[in-house]
Amino acid sequence: MPSLAALQMSGIHKRFGDVLANVDVSFTVVQGTLHGLIGENGAGKSTLMSVLYGMHPADSGRIAVFGKPVQIRNAQDAIACGIGMVHQHFMLVETLSALENVMLGAEPHWHLPSASAPVRQQLEALMQSTGLLVSLDAMVADLAVGDRQRLEILKALFRGARILILDEPTAVLTPQETQQLFTVLRQLRARGTTVILITHKLKEVLALCDQVTVMRAGRVVEEMPIARASVQALAQAMVGRKVHLDRPPAVHAPQRDATPVLLAQGLHLRDASGVQRLAGVGLQLRAGEIVGIAGVSGNGQSELLDVLSGLAAPDSGSLQVLGRQFANAAWLDPFTARAIGLAHVPEDRQARALVMDFEAWESAVLGYEHLPQFCRRGWMRAGAIRASTKNMMERFDVRPCQVALVSYKFSGGNQQKLVLGREIEQVPRVLLVGQPTRGVDIGAIEFVYSQLRAMRDAGCAVLLVSSELDEILALSDRVLVMVQGRISGALDIADCSEERLGLLMAGAGA
Amino acid sequence: MSQTTALPRWADVGLLPMVCLATALLVAGIVVALVGQNPSQVLAALVQGAFGTARGLSYTLYYATSFIFTGLAVAVAFHAGLFNIGGEGQATVGGLGTALVALWLSPVVPAWTMLPLMLLSGALFGMAWAAIPGYLQAYRGSHVVITTIMFNFLASTLLVYLLVNHLRAPGNVAIESAAFAPSAQLMPARELMGLAGVDWPGSPLNASLFLAVLACVAVYFFLWHSRSGYRLRAVGSSPGAAAYAGIQPRRHIVLAMAISGALAGMVGMNEVAGVSGKLVLEFVGGAGFTGIAVALMGRNHPVGVVLASILFGALFQGGAEVAFDVPGFSRDMVVMLQGFVVLFSGAMSYVVARPLAALLRALNLHGAKHG
Repeated sequence: MPSLAALQMSGIHKRFGDVLANVDVSFTVVQGTLHGLIGENGAGKSTLMSVLYGMHPADSGRIAVFGKPVQIRNAQDAIACGIGMVHQHFMLVETLSALENVMLGAEPHWHLPSASAPVRQQLEALMQSTGLLVSLDAMVADLAVGDRQRLEILKALFRGARILILDEPTAVLTPQETQQLFTVLRQLRARGTTVILITHKLKEVLALCDQVTVMRAGRVVEEMPIARASVQALAQAMVGRKVHLDRPPAVHAPQRDATPVLLAQGLHLRDASGVQRLAGVGLQLRAGEIVGIAGVSGNGQSELLDVLSGLAAPDSGSLQVLGRQFANAAWLDPFTARAIGLAHVPEDRQARALVMDFEAWESAVLGYEHLPQFCRRGWMRAGAIRASTKNMMERFDVRPCQVALVSYKFSGGNQQKLVLGREIEQVPRVLLVGQPTRGVDIGAIEFVYSQLRAMRDAGCAVLLVSSELDEILALSDRVLVMVQGRISGALDIADCSEERLGLLMAGAGA
Repeated sequence: MSQTTALPRWADVGLLPMVCLATALLVAGIVVALVGQNPSQVLAALVQGAFGTARGLSYTLYYATSFIFTGLAVAVAFHAGLFNIGGEGQATVGGLGTALVALWLSPVVPAWTMLPLMLLSGALFGMAWAAIPGYLQAYRGSHVVITTIMFNFLASTLLVYLLVNHLRAPGNVAIESAAFAPSAQLMPARELMGLAGVDWPGSPLNASLFLAVLACVAVYFFLWHSRSGYRLRAVGSSPGAAAYAGIQPRRHIVLAMAISGALAGMVGMNEVAGVSGKLVLEFVGGAGFTGIAVALMGRNHPVGVVLASILFGALFQGGAEVAFDVPGFSRDMVVMLQGFVVLFSGAMSYVVARPLAALLRALNLHGAKHG
């Protein structure tokens, strides 16, 4: 088959307020290929796809689908053109069955039983030919994440999608589920479906795609066949300079025999709806080491961080940290935690780590506002706080370096640097870090990594919770894997491989 | 996520309220024209009535005084993430507190101790009346909107009960308490101006206007310069971040409601100590509810609250004058005008913001102070 363009976007301009999100972007995808679209947060790839899917029509530019010029003003137009989108956060109604979710908005008949019969027939045929197997009568709430994703893809295909856009599809999957997804995507390609994969995981692009387009600051900066691409080259194109994310050679051996500064035993926690979130978790943390907690999101890591940082008390269990002993009756609280030198960089930056409406200098003392250098007799020392924040922002390279800028106006990476700076400034002896690079661009990731390593080298005990295996492998000295509220395995970094961790994350073999 | 408009700050705080107000006046003007009146004549009468004479100005400021108290009350609660609808009830109970201590002590205590005592008592009564819904919200999960509404009814019936059964002066037919002794009378504007040698007409305006301005300054310093204010805003703006910071959200919810109630309770200083000199029914007169609109329009900032209070004071006073001066223009038309102002500057301001932002961009004023 000649390489017919499934999609041609040319001269796309889009601005939001002051921000030029897309500048003269041209993007062509050959029919029947897997095309990777990569770039940092804010590079404009999501904007480009929302232009294509009709959520934000472009200010100017042309779109042609299968050679035919089209006007896409809304999602209905996009679907009519044969474009389907699988969002990062699934758009499914949990209380409806898989079949009903597929039909929703595309019911062929007003009488539901009459509608569902032909839909079921079509879907079964589709599942046969694509290998996207989902049990159609199961409630979406009961489906695993991987199943939900397959259902989303089915939904798009059912609506006649010949061009499928997947936004960060592997963010919520285990390595094994990721492999299954890749198999499905290759099968779809074989059927002639065109797939656009938006991702920030360069290895996946290299493993899966035929062609890759790199965006930076609203423009396309690189476009190459996968044969010519490498992780290093793509990362450089994304950031615009050389980056080093790999593990540096070890500078010192971790102090194995040192007594732990944090020792947690038998942590049990049920959430409000009675689901067991932690089932007997025990771990220890020594000075001068980074312990990574690997695992697919939602296996108790968040709850573990909450319990260890004093945000939540467990139902049972004990905690010994920095010479203090806590049991579930009188558990650690965040105030005490900070007072004894335990700092926490939470997973959810926007809901936890920063008050988004506060100016940077106000957010920069959150949790430490009572310290004498920030507060005297109940009055905030605004001048002193601003000066110290300015200083911290310079050292942690927070951009723009404006203490009076409202927190939500910083990019994800700069927000994270602000939070990290705030916590590190107080020289904690134990540092709990959750998903430190979620929504953070590559340039800032490098910085965050170097800061965490520096803390470790200075003798701080660091607990790193991350669902990014690469991150765990790049930073940790020891790795614990969590599955369903338990530690399913503990490995020294020397014994870690992606495969072994992947198996442990899936709950196979302890 | 956040309440961002696409507007630069100067337009957001300065231009937008003006445009909203103008829109409200325009729409109200159309309605006025539809019923066969002359809008410009009505507007002129309104402005003249509110600001044109010393007497009109006094009335405008007298109304504004109560609105400042109740507007601040709503604003403080808002910064803690609470929607205090109970300003009316808190003001009622606060006025009761003001009056009780005056009835008790005014015959024997001189003014310089009497008035602070009345202020304190009014604030404490209002505080207590608001702290109960605050407590129920924080520790029992009863929504503060519901409880404060119910507390408005309770306050109103409590006042009626006490006036009818206990506080009414013997032999008095009117449902009101005995008059306070002169030591419990806050100095009227006429006397104050007289001290400065200025001849000023008689009006209900009194020294509590200064109290209101002081309250604004105090609220500003509390919210933006004190540690408690910092924590209170953190709780209101992001409960998750507040918990992470080790701040007790519950305690700050009760605190915010208590402060809010104390501010509303000070309405008694204006109405009871400043004007009537005795406790009467309905002395709050809806100021508690107007305070919600005032806070909304004033963007929950003390300066905005003062400006919005003066606007609403002018609408009340000017409106009364218009109803008096322009034949066929009823009091209801004034209420309609107030309604439009609330609608456009409160509820609809973000609807107006978008076309305004587009206009500014077109005029290329947008990046002037921003980018």
